[in-house]
Amino acid sequence: MERHLFVLQRLSAMVLAPLVLIHLGLILYAVRDGLTAAEILGRTQGSLGWALFYGLFVLAAAVHAPLGLRNILREWTPAGTGLVNLLALAFGLLLAVLGLRAVVAVVA
Amino acid sequence: MTTGGSDELTVRIWRGRDDGCFQTYRVPARANQTVLDVVTEVQRHQEPALAYRFACRVGVCGSCAMTVNGRPRWTCRTHVRSIAQEGTLTLEPLRNLPRIKDLACDLTPFFEKWQKAGGRHLGTASREDPPQAVDPQSRARLVASAAIECINCAVCYSACDVVAWDADYLGPAALNRAWTLVNDARHGARDDTLDRAFSSGGCTSCHSQGNCTRHCPVGLSPSESIAGLKRAALFGAPKVS
Repeated sequence: MERHLFVLQRLSAMVLAPLVLIHLGLILYAVRDGLTAAEILGRTQGSLGWALFYGLFVLAAAVHAPLGLRNILREWTPAGTGLVNLLALAFGLLLAVLGLRAVVAVVA
Repeated sequence: MTTGGSDELTVRIWRGRDDGCFQTYRVPARANQTVLDVVTEVQRHQEPALAYRFACRVGVCGSCAMTVNGRPRWTCRTHVRSIAQEGTLTLEPLRNLPRIKDLACDLTPFFEKWQKAGGRHLGTASREDPPQAVDPQSRARLVASAAIECINCAVCYSACDVVAWDADYLGPAALNRAWTLVNDARHGARDDTLDRAFSSGGCTSCHSQGNCTRHCPVGLSPSESIAGLKRAALFGAPKVS
């Protein structure tokens, strides 16, 4: 299992790297004339492209971050493997639910 | 001799087990003197009960490793003149291993982890079969050969900070061994060895700090072997023929 989780963490990092750069670039572009909710929603609502972009972003983050957290908990706390796995899984689900909910909110 | 002009060397040696203390001895400083020579001199002439371990005295067997002035070293090939600070040597047993007495450690956990990392070679031929032809210039063999000369001295294991804080971590030597087997065409369990190297406490626990490579007395790079194992995570054991 460790081998598969390691691969998942590296692959999700490879997915995240370009997405983060595009996201940061977008922020710089979006705030050039001030930032309003209407402007953001105007860009995102009904856009399948942004829905897929941020949907993928959220899923990759929801895979990547809990695996890193799992490693930290395993190394730095006395918690057993079962508890650490459970906490990491719960954190991943939380990220996925909150993230996807936010994506739906801005594109629907 | 960098002993500040003195013809004597001050040697602080750990005596006892975990709750022991340093004792100080003075031995003659000689022109060509290894740390192991100094320990032997103390044991033969001043402290017959001093416990330490050695066998070959020429850097082959890996028995004589100790912590010398704070760093793990093979004492038979470490000249006093290259490390003695102002004529003083401080000798302790290796770090990260249970102590037995004085300078002797119990290496059982070290070798148990070799087994745990899949370090046992599994033959695929019988004695009736002809020797398997292995191209010494093949990529896999070159990679294996670069890591094969480990003398099991546990210097890397002692130098590794991850081993110090994570009791499950298999350590650089065991993972280096696993990497040589994963690249060995004659090993019958290459995928199993790779899986074991990725078990809990395996190669993914390495923080790439490089203390193993920095301290390896025979110049191997366990860091590189561990990186190789990690690269093999996605596509499995490398092709060997």
